[in-house]
Amino acid sequence: MASGVDVGDTAWMLMATALVVLMTPALGIFYAGLVRSKNSLNTFMMCLAALGVATVSWAVVGYSLAFGDGGGFIGNLDHAFLSGVGFEPREGTAIPQLLFVAFQGSFCILTVALVSGAVVERIRFGPYMVFVALWSTLVYPVMAHWVFGGGFLAEAGTLDFAGGVSVEMASGFSALAAAMLIGVRKDYGRQALLPHNSVLVLLGAGLLWFGWFGFNGGSGIGANDIGVLAFTNTLLAPACTLVGWFVLDLIRGGKVTAVGAATAVIVGCVAITPAAGFISPMWAMALGLIAAAPSYLIIVWLPRTRVDETLDVLGAHGVAGIFGILFIGFFAQADWNGISDGLFYGNAGQLGDQALAVLISPVYAFGVTYLLLRLIGLFAPLRATDKEEAVGMDVIQHGEEAYVSGEGAILLRVAGKQTPAELDSDLESGALPTLAVPPDRKEN
Amino acid sequence: MKMVIGVVRPEKANDVLEALFRAKIRGVSMSKVQGHGGELQRVETYRGTTVQMGLSEKIRFEIAVSDQYVDDTVKAVSEGGRTGDVGDGKIFVLPLDSVVRVRTGETDDDAVTPVGN
Repeated sequence: MASGVDVGDTAWMLMATALVVLMTPALGIFYAGLVRSKNSLNTFMMCLAALGVATVSWAVVGYSLAFGDGGGFIGNLDHAFLSGVGFEPREGTAIPQLLFVAFQGSFCILTVALVSGAVVERIRFGPYMVFVALWSTLVYPVMAHWVFGGGFLAEAGTLDFAGGVSVEMASGFSALAAAMLIGVRKDYGRQALLPHNSVLVLLGAGLLWFGWFGFNGGSGIGANDIGVLAFTNTLLAPACTLVGWFVLDLIRGGKVTAVGAATAVIVGCVAITPAAGFISPMWAMALGLIAAAPSYLIIVWLPRTRVDETLDVLGAHGVAGIFGILFIGFFAQADWNGISDGLFYGNAGQLGDQALAVLISPVYAFGVTYLLLRLIGLFAPLRATDKEEAVGMDVIQHGEEAYVSGEGAILLRVAGKQTPAELDSDLESGALPTLAVPPDRKEN
Repeated sequence: MKMVIGVVRPEKANDVLEALFRAKIRGVSMSKVQGHGGELQRVETYRGTTVQMGLSEKIRFEIAVSDQYVDDTVKAVSEGGRTGDVGDGKIFVLPLDSVVRVRTGETDDDAVTPVGN
C-alpha cells in the first residue's frame, strides 16, 4: 500500500462501496414493484442503465468535475479519464484515490437512477440514456463539488454528510422538473394505476436500507468515529420514521399499509443522510420521527395535482433531504461530530449555512434538468405514443416481458442459428403455426 | 336472454367496463385468456432465443342479459374495446337457456337483472 493509506479504512471502504453499488439494483426492484407489470422490466432497466452509462461518464469526466480542484462552482478536468488517480491517498483521506473514485461514483449512479422514478411508464429508453449521460456530467458532479469537492457550500460551512444536497435534493427536484416536462401518463387520473407487486417494493426498500449502511457509514471515508455514528444513526432514524409513518397511516386510513412502510424506510434513510455523522443518536431518532410528516403530506397532496411525479421522488428524496439538511442547522453537536454546533447548541450561524444550500440546490437541479430534457427533446421525442403506452414499455422498448409463460411461443432462432427450415417455411407460407415452448432459458 | 361474450385487448378492459357501467349493465364476469386472431405477432428475444409470441393476452367478458339489453351490451363492449387496429377482438352473442340466482333461487329474467336496477 502507498504511504499514508490506512489498511482498516481501506478494507471498510471497499465493503461500503459494494454496499452502495447494490443500492441501484435494489432501487430497480423497489421501482419495478411500484409500476404496472407491463412496465416493470423497463423500469428496472432504467436503473440498470444508470449503472452502465453513469459509470462511464463518471470515469471520463464526472469524477474530475466533482473532485478536481477548480473553483467554487465546478471542479476541473485534471482527472479526466482518471488521469493522475492511483494508489496514493486523496488529500484528507487515508484510502487510495482509486477507491475514492469508485465510492463516490456509486453515489452518482444511484442519484441519476432515482430521477427515473418520476418519468417511468412513458419515457422512451433511448432519450433516457442520453439524459443519464448528460445529467451525470452536468448536475451530479457540480452539486457534489459544492459540498464534497471543496466548492462554495463547503467553503461557506454548509454541513452535508452523505449527500442531502448532491443526492437527495438533486434527484428530488430534477424529478419534479422531468415529470412536469414529460407530462402525465395517458391514464393518469382516469384509471387506478396500482403497484403490481408490493412484495418487490418491500424487498427493494429493505435492500436499499441495507445498502444505506455503506452509503452513510462509508461517508466518514474510513473506519472512524464519525462513520460509526453515521452507521448507527442509519439504523435509528429510519426505524423512527417507520413508527411515525404507521401512526400517520392509522390516523388517515385506519390501516398500516405495506407500500407506505416501504416509503417510510426510504424517507427515514434520506432524512438522516445529510445529518448522519453530525447529530447525536437521540436527535437522529427525533429527526426520523418528525421527518415522516412533511414527506407524507407531499406524497398525499401531489396526486391531487396534474403533476404525475410517478414514484414520489420529490416527496421521498427532495423534501426529506431538505428536512435533514435543515435539521443539522438546529441540532448539530460538536461533542459528537468534532466540527460544529447547531442553533440549539448555541451556533445560530450554522442554520444560515444550511439554509443557503436549501435555497440554491433545488433551483439548480430543477433548472438544469428542465433545460437538458428540452434539449434532448429537440432531437428525439421523449415519450412513447399513447398506443405504445397502452401496450406497455417492456414489449415496446425491449421486446421482452417480465412475466412470460412461454405458452404459444414459437421458436424462431436459438443463439443466431435457424431452427429447422420447415418451421420457417411454414410460418412464411402462412400455414397455421404449431405451438412450441421455448427451450429452457437457463441454457445459453 | 342472451349470453354476450366479448374478447378484448387487456389495455381496453377498463374502457369496456366503464362503457358497460355507463349503459347500466351491471352483471359482468371477466377473465384473462390467451388467444390468437389475425393480429401481427410480437417477436421477442431472450438471451439469444428469438420467439414469436403466437398467443396474445386478451380479456374475456361474459355478460348474461335479458333481450332488451343485448344491443346496449354489444355496443358498449365494441365501442369500449375498439382501437381500430387488427387484434381488437370479437363479440359472440349466444342464446341462453336458463339462469338461476344462487342466493334466492329466482330464475331467468328475474335472475339476470341485478338487484337495484
